[in-house]
Amino acid sequence: MHEPKIIGFLCNWCSYRGADTAGMARLKYPPNVKIVRVPCSGRVSPELVLRTFREGADGVMVLGCHIGDCHYATGNHRTAKRMPVLRKLLEYNGIDPERLCIDWVSAAEGEKFATVIQQFTEKIKAMPPFVEVMG
Amino acid sequence: MIERPRVGVYICHCGSNIAGVVDVAEVAQWAGGLPNVVISRDYKFMCSSLGQELIEKDIQESGVNRVVVASCSPHLHEPTFRNACARAGLNPYLFEMANIREQDSWVTSDKLEATKKAKALVAAAVSRVAHQDALNSLFVPIDPNVLVVGGGVTGIQAALEIANSGHQVYLVEREPSLGGHMAQFDKTFPTLDCSACILTPKMFDAGNHKNIQLLTWSEVEKVEGYIGNFTVTIRKRARYVDESKCNGCGVCQEKCPTKVVDEVFEAGLGYRKAVYVPFPQAVPKFPVIDRENCTFFKKGVCKICQKVCPTGAIDYEQQDTLMTVKVGNIILATGYDLFDARRIPQYGFGRLPNVFTSLEFERMTNAAGPTGGKVVMRDGVTQPKSVAIIHCVGSRDRNYHNYCSAICCMQSLKFAHLVGEKTGADVYQCYIDIRTPAKAYDEFYQRIIKEGVHFVRGKVAEVTDAARGPEEAGKTIVQVEDTLIGKQRRIPVDMVVLSAGLQARADAKEVGKKFGISCSADAWFIEKHPKLDPVATMTDGVFVAGACQGPKDIPASVAQGAAAAARVLSIIGQGQIEIEAATAIVDEESCVGCKECIASCPYTAIEFLEDKQKAHVVEALCKGCGTCVGTCLSKSIKLRHFTDEQLVAEMIGAMQTMKSFETVEV
Repeated sequence: MHEPKIIGFLCNWCSYRGADTAGMARLKYPPNVKIVRVPCSGRVSPELVLRTFREGADGVMVLGCHIGDCHYATGNHRTAKRMPVLRKLLEYNGIDPERLCIDWVSAAEGEKFATVIQQFTEKIKAMPPFVEVMG
Repeated sequence: MIERPRVGVYICHCGSNIAGVVDVAEVAQWAGGLPNVVISRDYKFMCSSLGQELIEKDIQESGVNRVVVASCSPHLHEPTFRNACARAGLNPYLFEMANIREQDSWVTSDKLEATKKAKALVAAAVSRVAHQDALNSLFVPIDPNVLVVGGGVTGIQAALEIANSGHQVYLVEREPSLGGHMAQFDKTFPTLDCSACILTPKMFDAGNHKNIQLLTWSEVEKVEGYIGNFTVTIRKRARYVDESKCNGCGVCQEKCPTKVVDEVFEAGLGYRKAVYVPFPQAVPKFPVIDRENCTFFKKGVCKICQKVCPTGAIDYEQQDTLMTVKVGNIILATGYDLFDARRIPQYGFGRLPNVFTSLEFERMTNAAGPTGGKVVMRDGVTQPKSVAIIHCVGSRDRNYHNYCSAICCMQSLKFAHLVGEKTGADVYQCYIDIRTPAKAYDEFYQRIIKEGVHFVRGKVAEVTDAARGPEEAGKTIVQVEDTLIGKQRRIPVDMVVLSAGLQARADAKEVGKKFGISCSADAWFIEKHPKLDPVATMTDGVFVAGACQGPKDIPASVAQGAAAAARVLSIIGQGQIEIEAATAIVDEESCVGCKECIASCPYTAIEFLEDKQKAHVVEALCKGCGTCVGTCLSKSIKLRHFTDEQLVAEMIGAMQTMKSFETVEV
């Protein structure tokens, strides 16, 4: 089994703090996900995700505030609308849309954060390395 | 001409927090070989003054013009290191942080893997920082007016502190009067001084302060804006009493024929009228008409209050009014709800007559309460000869709330004293642990032990009226395992008091959303930092104080109210405040004028320049979320400090490092 390389784009206010909460609770999870902090999940453009896959990432995560809890009121509404379209775009480009994880993690949800990371890492691990698939 | 990046990298040990797991020396040495890095060090505590001086010295003496610190979360120390850079003359936006504590050393079991992850995170930051630009912060003026939400003792304290300093306060309270829970109590622990005697003067001061505009029977409807410049819409519910005419004589209340069970102030133990002030010392003195129960509103006839009112103040036509106020800062002191003891059916509240909640008991012991301060059973006359007080009802219980409600031990000890004083009855305390950590609290506990109260250590299994023998007949029986003697006990008593825990307000999440702050899993408002910033929140200009942030007793609530006021006053004193420079900017060359960004902006911060047919960001309104950037199809908007180049560079830094480990392993 390979060690997947995963990039997580996390919003600064909820999910990034959720990751901090997991840390403060010393919850253990696999080290594969490297976090890139963005102000809001709405900042994550489809191109940024595609660019990350082009760099050879086996998986990409976009984590934001729960709908209704967005620090910027409605920034994550855009994420929620944009990401399903992005999945189609990935499929069109021959990238398994399952390699993209969209989820909502609040600042209090340290346990959920660790679980989401754990599950996505395992899921990606069970898939062949991205570079092999893409040639 | 752009200076060549000269990056300084600083790996923090954080004592053993990081260094105990990550090989910090190895990471520092490795980072020294990354592109643009001219200095790479590791140090025990980067946030210490010596650590910060290291950075400052390297900037000034070694020409470091980009700084990366790998340590804790930027939410903790990004401002610390940005300030260090600024002190040394480096623009603070040329600093980047790698979070190798919360997101690495604390969450990764394998030391080798943790060291690798630290390298990837450091490489990402080094790669990003080379693309960062110097930014200049914007300053916005601070409106000195303040909104305080919640008129309990916390909100009153906060409002008075600010008003006394000469600034205008809008104090909003949902109920008809100020006072909150504290107004319901008779005695306060551990001093047993009279709650009303210490609270009502403060209520009076707040109600009559020239700098406090009191808005009771009111709720905040909408909040817009940002620190320094909030616009708040407040709904003043119709009182049906004209405040400009009412003199608070109370005749309306006296003559009103409709009696209603008072679920709020009297905790369901007493009655009020349909036109009422909740208690005699209410501030303001004006009553409200309870539209739901008023005979006139229900049947169209009665109007007795209007007939007897000597000043003609009753106005059935009154409507809710909306008022808009401008404030620079907001303090939330919205308090708590009592845990609903009905949720634990085996404790019998609502089913067995002589099971009372702590709030009912508070009202019962209050001289101004429904029983005139007499401790009596549900029949209203019989004094109990034995009373059991059950601790941790709904608290420290995985079925309900895991947390400790902090006040119930002391409250229960106080009840024991009051029962003894008023009735001479035998008192049993059924507790899990006694927690009396504050000043003079344990002394109070010792005093209650000496008063002859029985302490039974064990969680009560059941409260029942099913007698098993003649000695239990007609009694309420408490079934509990006494863990100190290792035996099941059945304690027949006349009265049981459930020391119910505190829980977040039922609408806390909704309120949090309104003010743009988050709630914990238990729905308490989340503070910015649990130790170092306990009253600020992640939303600048919005502060929390008292029990809305977590269970608290009166001294702690008052201290937080004053603390929040001090934080607000320090902001007002600055006159203006720096806001994030990370705002969006449109490239007019490539903008096609499709207006998608305008539709996506949560703040209407993007306007359309009709003459040029281009979008334009109004910097003072932009909060820097970047949603427009994610939306723009022609890639014509960039978000400063979170540009595509910077984020891609960060991603590539991490990816390349991870890839390099793969080749080594093969």
